[in-house]
Order: sequence, then C-alpha cells, then structure tokens
Amino acid sequence: MIIEFGHYLLILSLAVSLVMAIVPMIGAWRRDASLMLVGHNSALLLFVLATCSFAVLVQAHMASDFSVKNVWENSHSLVPTLFKFSGVWGNHEGSMMLWLFILVLFTALVAIFGGNLPETLKANVIGVQGWISSAFILFIVLTSNPFTRLDPAPVEGRDLNPVLQDIGLAIHPPLLYLGYVGFSVCFSFAVAALLEGRIDAAWARWVRPWTLAAWTFLTAGIAMGSYWAYYELGWGGWWFWDPVENASFMPWLAGTALLHSALVMEKREALKIWTILLAILTFSLSLLGTFLVRSGVLTSVHAFASDPTRGVFILAILVLFVGGALTLFGLRVQRLGAGGIFAPISREGALVLNNLILTVSTATVLTGTLYPTVLEALTGSKISVGAPFFNLTFGLLMVPLLLAVPFGPLLAWKRGDLLGAAQRLMAAAAGGLVVAAIVYYANNGGPILSLLGMAIGFYLMLGALTDLWMRGGFGRVKTNIAFRRLIGLPRSAFGTALAHFGLGVTVLGIVAVSVYATETVLEMKPGDTADAGPFTVHFDKIEERRGPNFTEENGVFSVKRAGADVGQVASAKRIYTVRKMPTTEAGIRTFGVHQLYVSLGDLTDAGGVVVRVWWKPYILCIWLGALIMMVGGFVSLSDRRLRIGAPSRRSSAKPALEAAE
Amino acid sequence: MIKRLILIVALLCSAFPAFAVNPDEMLADPALEARAREISTHLRCLVCQNQSIDDSNAELAKDLRVLVRDRIEKGETNEQVIDYIVSRYGEFVLLKPRFEMQTLLLWGMPAFLALVGLVGIVVFSIKRRKSPSGKPLSEAEKAALEQILKN
Repeated sequence: MIIEFGHYLLILSLAVSLVMAIVPMIGAWRRDASLMLVGHNSALLLFVLATCSFAVLVQAHMASDFSVKNVWENSHSLVPTLFKFSGVWGNHEGSMMLWLFILVLFTALVAIFGGNLPETLKANVIGVQGWISSAFILFIVLTSNPFTRLDPAPVEGRDLNPVLQDIGLAIHPPLLYLGYVGFSVCFSFAVAALLEGRIDAAWARWVRPWTLAAWTFLTAGIAMGSYWAYYELGWGGWWFWDPVENASFMPWLAGTALLHSALVMEKREALKIWTILLAILTFSLSLLGTFLVRSGVLTSVHAFASDPTRGVFILAILVLFVGGALTLFGLRVQRLGAGGIFAPISREGALVLNNLILTVSTATVLTGTLYPTVLEALTGSKISVGAPFFNLTFGLLMVPLLLAVPFGPLLAWKRGDLLGAAQRLMAAAAGGLVVAAIVYYANNGGPILSLLGMAIGFYLMLGALTDLWMRGGFGRVKTNIAFRRLIGLPRSAFGTALAHFGLGVTVLGIVAVSVYATETVLEMKPGDTADAGPFTVHFDKIEERRGPNFTEENGVFSVKRAGADVGQVASAKRIYTVRKMPTTEAGIRTFGVHQLYVSLGDLTDAGGVVVRVWWKPYILCIWLGALIMMVGGFVSLSDRRLRIGAPSRRSSAKPALEAAE
Repeated sequence: MIKRLILIVALLCSAFPAFAVNPDEMLADPALEARAREISTHLRCLVCQNQSIDDSNAELAKDLRVLVRDRIEKGETNEQVIDYIVSRYGEFVLLKPRFEMQTLLLWGMPAFLALVGLVGIVVFSIKRRKSPSGKPLSEAEKAALEQILKN
C-alpha cells in the first residue's frame, strides 16, 4: 500500500511542479503578487511531496520489500544496512529519484533564501525550476518508474552489484548530484534574467552563492569518485578519461569558468552576456552528462538503438532546455547591454584568459568524448579517443592556465601592473623551483619535465600565499598591523587563496605520482618478498574468510622498512555469493601523503599467486588538493557579503564604490 | 553513479578485475618491457569500453600484449609495432587517433577555438573602446531623476 502511496505522491509532485512552472511566471508577467506567491508555496509543497515519495522508495529498500521490482533487482536481505540504503541510488530509477530529490531541495532553498530577490525575478527562477522538475518527474513516471510491483513477490532479491557495495556509493552520487543539479539554479537565474531583459551586478551577487555551492559539491563529488575508482578497481589508476568521468568533468570546467566570470560581473558589471551564456552552458553540460550516462549511447550506439525510449526522452529534455534557453538568449541578448570597460592587463583581463582557456578545455573534452560516436554515425568509420589524447591536449591547455593563476588575484581591477605582479611572484616562482628541485633529487631525478611540473605545483601554492602576504601588507607595514589586516580580509579572499593553493597541491600530486610511482608484478608464495619504493613487502599467508554476503581469500603481507616492521597490509579476492561475481579488495597502507598499494591476482599453477605491488608517492596530494579547494569553496561561501544576502538593486548601481578586492 | 558504468564494464571485461599484465608475459629485458608497457597504454582493448590493453584482463588484450612483445623482441621500433597492430586491427585500436582527414576536427578543435576566442575578444574590446561607455537613461529613469531633482 505504502508503495502505491509513494507512486501517487510522485504523480502529485508532477501536478504541483506543473503549477509551479506556469503560475508564478504568469504572475511575474502580470505583476500579480498573489500568483507569484503560488510559486513560493508550490516550491515548498513540491519539496515535501517529492521527498516523501523518495522516502517511500528508501523505506522499501531498507525493509527489503522484494515485491518492488526495483528493490528485487538491486538488493538482497543479507546486504549490510548501509548498502541497502545507498543501494537506493545504485540503479537507474533510484538515481533519477535522487536527482529529483536534490532538484526540489534546491528549488525549496531558493524559495526560502530568496527573500531578498525582487519578486518577479524570484517567481521566474522558481518557474524555470518548475519546468525542469516537471520534465524530470515526467521522465521518471513514464520511463523509469521505481515503484513497479512484482506479483507474486520474489522471496529473495538479486543483490546489489558487488562493486557498488562500498561506502563510496553512499557518498559519491549525492555529492555529484548536489553539484550537477545545483547548477540548475544558475541556469534558472540566467533564464529568468533573460525573461526580465535586465541583468546587473546584483544578479551576479545573487547567483554567486549558488554557483559556489554547486561547484564545491561537484569538486567533492568528482574527487570522491576518483578516489573510489582508485581503491575499488584495484589497478591503482585514479582518472581514466572515461566518457562517464568526462560527463562530470565538463560541467566542473564550465562551472569553474562561471565562478570566475560571475566575479567580474559582480565587481565590474562586465562580461554580462558571457556570464549568462556560461550559466546556460554549464547546466546544459550537466544535462548532457545525464543523457550520456543514462542513455548508454557512449557504451554502444547499438544498445542505444535497441532500447531508445529513455535516451530519446532525455535527449528531448536536453534539446528543449538547451535549445529553448539559447533561443531566448539569442532574442534577448541585445537588451542586456554592455558593462564596464577594462584594459587587457587587469584582473578582468586575467579572468577573461581564465575563461577562454577553461572554455576551450571544456570544448576539447566534449569533442574528444563525442567524436567517435558522431564520426561512426556520420561515416561509419570507427576510431577511439582515450587517455593519451586527453592527457596531451588537455595537459597542453592547462600549462598556460596554471602559470597565469597566481597573477589573477595580484592584478588590480580595470588596469593592472603586469610587471609589478611578475616581480611579486618572482619569489613564488623561485621558491617553487627550489622546492621542486629538492623533491626531484630526493627521488633520484626523473625526466626534466617532471621537475618543471612539480615546480608549477609549488609555484601555485606559494603564489596563493603571496596573494595573502601582499594583501596583509607584510614588509610594507608593521608586522602586527599586517597580521591584523590579514585577519580582517574578507573570507572570499581566503577562499580564493585556499582554492588556488589546493589546485597547486593537486598538480604536484598528479605530476609526482606519475613520475615516481613504481610497480612490481610478480608471482609470490607465502614467505616471498617484493620491493616497493623504500619498503619491502613480505607475503605472510593467505587465508579463507567469510563475510555477510561474500567469501574471500585474504592475502596478508607485512611491510618492512630497512628490516624494521612498520605494519601489515591485506588484499583480498572476494566472491559475492548471490551474483557469483568476483571483486578485488586492494590493500592500501598510507604513509603521510604516500601510499603502498597491494592487489591480489590469479592463482598460478605453481601454487603461487600473482601479486601487484605499487609504491605511489605523493598520490594523496591529488585528493588532498581537491579537499583544500572544497574548503576554499565553503570558506568563500561563508563570506559576510553572501551571508547577509545581496544588496538591493539601487545600492548595487554604483559598484565602483565597493572596496576593490 | 558516475563510476558505475566503468566499474561494471571493467568487471565485464575481466574474469578477475585485478590486473592485466601477468609475470609470465613480461620480457626479461627491463628496457624492452618498459617499451612494451608504453606501447600498451596507447592501444585499446577491442572488447572493452575505454580500456587500454595494459589495463584490461580480457583474453584479446592478453593476445595483443603478447603480440606487441613479440614484435619488440624482433627488433622493431615502437612506430613499427604500432603500425603493424593498426594494419591488423584498424585505426580503432589507437587510443590516441592519428592526425588525418577524419580526425582533423578532433585535433584542430582546441587550437581553432582558442584562435576564435582570442580574435573574438580582440574584436569585441576594440568595438567597445570605440563606442561610448554607459547607456542613456531610460524614460523611467529620467522621470525618477526629475523627481529626485525636484525634491
């Protein structure tokens, strides 16, 4: 009964979101306050309805109600409780429900925190959110209903895919969707601004917290997914340039560009048109990502052609929203007007360069991801585009961007002093080179390019510190005054510095691990040893064990450094009993930011087992950097300017009076 | 959910997802083996989704790895090995497609877009510089201004 109630709530949500899509927009058009208020109320009501519907599905999974097809296909009574919960979105239908839940959550947040928005803007934003939620609820109800029943009800479920039985599934998709879907708010703001035909610095300030929040979550989601793949897949890779990864990376790149261009718009009222376009494109890329992943078009064109219902539906949503928004953009763009003027060498100029490179990078990833599919559809010719292509093209594009990053915050608005900024960054560049050289020699050299790569990483970190140093005025005023100034800086300044610092940490990790990682593949028997970096790995024993829903062969290794024991590491080969599916549980031991990674392979005829041992120095820097970026995002989000809300339009009409930061 | 697909595909590709290169395949000479690994990362496992033969545990990937090592032992250069594999399996096997007519757009896109972007920025800023900054007051704003001045 409760399942049918959940289904009913979902259909009711559709009705409410249709009201939300139409009524407030009419209200905004006719300046009717009561109609606009309907938008606010229906956003809250929709949140309650869709959340309850989602909760019913969660409840069905927790209670292992196998009369529900979705639960039967993706769960089992023996699955640990946490994975019963996260298994809700470990499948197509459930993940669309999570998508919807986060969408209505953001819409409700706009309604609740949007009190300082002009009435019509708020009504239009909620209206656009209404269109998006209507489309997605319709998609779920018509093609991906999670509440389908089975009669008679099976006694036992078919189990959750073993690779998904991991804490990663509980964290990664919600974070990723918070990012993906968060950009829908920016999209709605952009469309609402186009509908109103008016956009100014206040608009940018309203949009900024949403962009920041979405970007921060997406950063966390991608980093988390990367770490999950790293330890779960068992071959030590952390980024594969897989189409599915690219699908999440493209909105991140575009979102990063949006974050920076919205800054220019907020401070200087320039780049208006571009910012609107980016806001539309970023969410379009999120939708495109959803389409690519959900339709299966990239896995195989043929799989898509054989069951195209879902794919075609999402494609229709994609065309409708992207096409509609871009058409509106084309019609209204003339009315937006131009903003402030700036010299090429200025903070604005640096941010334009940032946007140019990030946009070209996004387009490069997009081209590489879609090229094989499109080429095959057009000419029948089959090619592959994989990691070596992306590493080369994307890598080359990133070099000038990374070199330019520390310059941005050091240049003044309107007209900057490039030579002065370069002088101030001399110390960071020299320091970066020195520290990189130390790491280089400590690790017995390597290609000279790796030295330069690591130097860029350290230069980014030191560059971020230089920015804070300069803002405090260290060396120019008394140290205690400089400290007081530093503490008094707006939090967004710390957010910027943290994010740029984190970028440097990530770059360092990527370069260092790709050069200094060692890999040993060998056949081992208990008693054998293998070298891995500064460690020796001693194979102690292999033992059979039994988990709640799997059996495993667990290989135990003791790790020694210069003869002294430093601990144990264990890697297992599991067989999940229901699906008879094998997985590898990698054994990972962390030493500071370095990791020792052990993975068990096949048993050999000679009675040994193939073991792969990696020494991955600096690997944790990759995710540590992302974590620092994320913290930077949250610190910036807590800035007073955003916390107390945006100014009214009148006061924002003179942005020149604001403190230049 | 973003990892789900690769995870599943990874599993489909391999009986044991643990790894690809096995000790019995490896060449005795570390320099030659390193070359084999380098070549392997650029060749696609034909039955997998976006996996190099170096990462894949599929049977076909193993055959290709052995083939690559055979050719290296015969004294061929990296280019010759890759040419040979392409002649047998087609361009599809290359994870980094060659620069040719059908990949012109793929390889040209970054440079082309960067150029278009740069030209666009320059043209736009020159145009902006020539036109007067700011826009005239709208009727409503004029009225508001008059109102303020009157008081």
